[in-house]
Amino acid sequence: MSNALETPTIRIRGLRKAFGDKVVLDGIDLDVAPRTSMVVIGGSGTGKSVLLKCMLGLLQPDAGSIEFDGQDVLRMDRREAEAVRARIGMLFQNGALFDSLPVWENVAFGLVARHKVSKREARARAVEVLAQVGLAATVGDLWPAELSGGMQKRVALARAIAARPDIMFFDEPTTGLDPIMGAVIDGLIVDCVRRLGSTAVAITHDMASARRIGDRVAMIHRGRIVWEGPATALMDTGNAVVDQFTHGSREGPIQMELRR
Amino acid sequence: MNALLDAVAAVGRALLGACRLIGQIALFALEGLSHLARPPFYWRLFLRAFLDIGYYSLPVVALTAIFTGMVLALQSATGLSRFNAESAVANLVVLSITRELGPVLAGLMVAGRVGAAMAAELGTMRVTDQIDALTTLSTNPMKYLVTPRLLAGLLALPLLVLVADILGVLGGFIIATVKLGYNSGVYLTNTLDFLQTDDVVSGLVKAAMFGFLVTLMGCYQGYNSRGGAQGVGAATTYAVVSASVLILAFDYVLTELFFAR
Ligand SMILES: Nc1ncnc2c1ncn2[C@@H]1O[C@H](COP(=O)(O)OP(=O)(O)OP(=O)(O)O)[C@@H](O)[C@H]1O
Ligand SMILES: [Mg+2]
Repeated sequence: MSNALETPTIRIRGLRKAFGDKVVLDGIDLDVAPRTSMVVIGGSGTGKSVLLKCMLGLLQPDAGSIEFDGQDVLRMDRREAEAVRARIGMLFQNGALFDSLPVWENVAFGLVARHKVSKREARARAVEVLAQVGLAATVGDLWPAELSGGMQKRVALARAIAARPDIMFFDEPTTGLDPIMGAVIDGLIVDCVRRLGSTAVAITHDMASARRIGDRVAMIHRGRIVWEGPATALMDTGNAVVDQFTHGSREGPIQMELRR
Repeated sequence: MNALLDAVAAVGRALLGACRLIGQIALFALEGLSHLARPPFYWRLFLRAFLDIGYYSLPVVALTAIFTGMVLALQSATGLSRFNAESAVANLVVLSITRELGPVLAGLMVAGRVGAAMAAELGTMRVTDQIDALTTLSTNPMKYLVTPRLLAGLLALPLLVLVADILGVLGGFIIATVKLGYNSGVYLTNTLDFLQTDDVVSGLVKAAMFGFLVTLMGCYQGYNSRGGAQGVGAATTYAVVSASVLILAFDYVLTELFFAR
């Protein structure tokens, strides 16, 4: 699927980020080819969310480069970087819905901000996207606080994809959903990549989901990418760290660290 | 000797920290205001904040003003009677209210009501990633959250203080005529004769400044809060305390500028 000659949509080199003296990312290298999806896996607290936030410009990395279509966002002026980041739709791990706005205005927020669409158009589009994530139009008039956790997640997903961004980041899109809804959401993400031609980076802890969503998978461990390869090879990588993680076994190199 | 050096170092550190904080707040204020010159402007959010400060604070500010006017009349009547200067009561009430107590008390009330709420709201948005989410949806969070609130504080508090001025004088009038038995016509004439435009205008300028300070501290503390519910709670406390202290400090500075020529 990916073409080696094509400039990767996202190219990360030597990305480092520490909080105080706690090094979280310690030289991340990662390429994401155009119109493909990359799934990032890794233990809890290994810095997956921090990686996405660095790419979004919400955290300032200490070193390294982040290129979108060959342009390093860290060396752009503010306006250019904002333009690049306007191409990205983001689903936050905790949803991050605006609780002062009803659901439909949450979903339509990016549309209104970016494309200045009319209220009626925005609402119609919001209802359409809500339907895609399995929510009835009536949900649009509720407040985020009135939704269940899984519904909030789906509204957040709807908000992330409503403006049809050409780059999409999903931080644990299916955590907290029942298995069927999880599969539906996975399908929706795959659809966005295939049909809209978007490029996606998704974080997940669910191996079935990783194989459904991902064209390729990368695993973060101790601040670095320890393995990167096609999703089809995920369950049998020959890498001890990855195999322990994907099979969820208690014995292996990762547990050794916990004991220490 | 060493203890002395340590103490000096500690004072120096505290001073540097204070300077940095003041600088950060000033930059925050400047950035917030600079968005006024760059569209878009979020009218809906401005109106919401304006209503919250100017309209929903009316009851508490009105009560404060009326009671303050009443107390002023009572106190000054008993105090001034020793000097046979009961006619000065009207003068004292109207000047104290318009120049000082109207703006200061309204500012303090709004700090407790609105400043705290802003800090809590923005703080919650910060710790739940909502402020980051705004950025990813092509919306500048300073422009969206802070600028409308600052402007609302700047414009709404003077209106509130105008109402407080009128009600404060009314409170004094009620006590003077009903309880102290002054002639209502004479009292009103005294009130209006002594009152000058400067008195009211200086009070309104103070009010604008206080409104700005309250919303600034609410926004700054909330916007920069971290660390979950506890952090939001701390931000709320800081917002109210710092706004209250700043109101009293700026009250002195502005009075000096207006009247100590
Ligand atoms: N703003 C911050 N300040 C200080 N430390 C932080 C901050 N954000 C994240 N960290 C630290 O960075 C590490 C990585 O956090 P991150 O949220 O990226 O983990 P994660 O891989 O997404 O984990 P999970 O799968 O549980 O979501 C954690 O140890 C966390 O304590
Ligand atoms: Mg995470």
